[in-house]
Amino acid sequence: MRCIIVDDEASARAIVEELCKTIPDMELVAEFPNALEALKFIKHTQVDLIFLDIHMPKLSGIDFIETVSNPPKIVLTTSDKDFAIEAYQYEFIVDYLVKPISSERFQKCASKLENTFGEISQEQTEINTVQNEDEDLYINIDRRLIKLKFKDILLIEAKGDYIEIQTQIKRYRVHSTLKKIKEKLPECRFLQIHRSFIINFTQIIDIQDNSVLIERSVIPISRSNRPELMQRLNLL
Amino acid sequence: MTEKPNLDYIKEISGGNEEFEKKFLTIIQTEFPKEKNEYVENLEQDNFEESAKIVHKIKHKLGILGLNSGYKLAVKYEEDLKYGDTKLKDEFYEILKSIEEFILKIA
Repeated sequence: MRCIIVDDEASARAIVEELCKTIPDMELVAEFPNALEALKFIKHTQVDLIFLDIHMPKLSGIDFIETVSNPPKIVLTTSDKDFAIEAYQYEFIVDYLVKPISSERFQKCASKLENTFGEISQEQTEINTVQNEDEDLYINIDRRLIKLKFKDILLIEAKGDYIEIQTQIKRYRVHSTLKKIKEKLPECRFLQIHRSFIINFTQIIDIQDNSVLIERSVIPISRSNRPELMQRLNLL
Repeated sequence: MTEKPNLDYIKEISGGNEEFEKKFLTIIQTEFPKEKNEYVENLEQDNFEESAKIVHKIKHKLGILGLNSGYKLAVKYEEDLKYGDTKLKDEFYEILKSIEEFILKIA
């Protein structure tokens, strides 16, 4: 895992650097006192992960995120607790660390990183094996066929005679049933976890008690579907 | 303000790595006086927005040096400064002085 640290405070960079030494396979390739230098660096150097401060002069961490196209995974490091909700709207943000970062909290972050990078390599294998299968779904809305990529679909909810397909950018209302759409979805990515919900389980942020969090939606898990969901997860 | 700066957090992070501890203290000794001066200059010029930004940076160091009440005060002061409210400036300055003395002592 090749990482960089971006923070305008040298003391903060030193702490993250020291904490990174506790993660096996973590290679710190560079650190930057501002986001502009980091931006230039990642244009020509492959990086898997960025520890990114939010409050920086000239270009803030959020500006940086908005600027980079196809960013690597990011762990935000900040003294400000108030950005957490905003931060998690970006799918590539793995964790949000409030400074000063304790060793214990950093270890939790390390576990999240391990899961995330484990999933990525597993997902890449799956994608390679299903390369020849259809990766798109066309939905009919007002006599217009709209193409949705499977990977962009977060979840599908049954609403009476309709289903609502939620993607990362939009919600589509289609006259169909969960049963019908389920037949069209690849099993390697989608799972019905409740009589009213099919989820893209690669988009799960966390699972708590009897619900999963996908982006900002909390979806209930029915008792009968729970074992299959747990079976599909790469559990430690 | 009775609490005093300490190195407990640094020692926790270092896990006994003295080289890191030395390196880190050198960084703090360089970084903190600059930030303090920057803060004082901006406050003197009634540049509250910039002062708030520096308080934001300094508050991280308060956390690092175990000043938990100081950290809470800095959180409040940072917000107040954004509205031009400086009523906590004396208390905050006392905290800065305590850090300055601590840094000199460990130098």
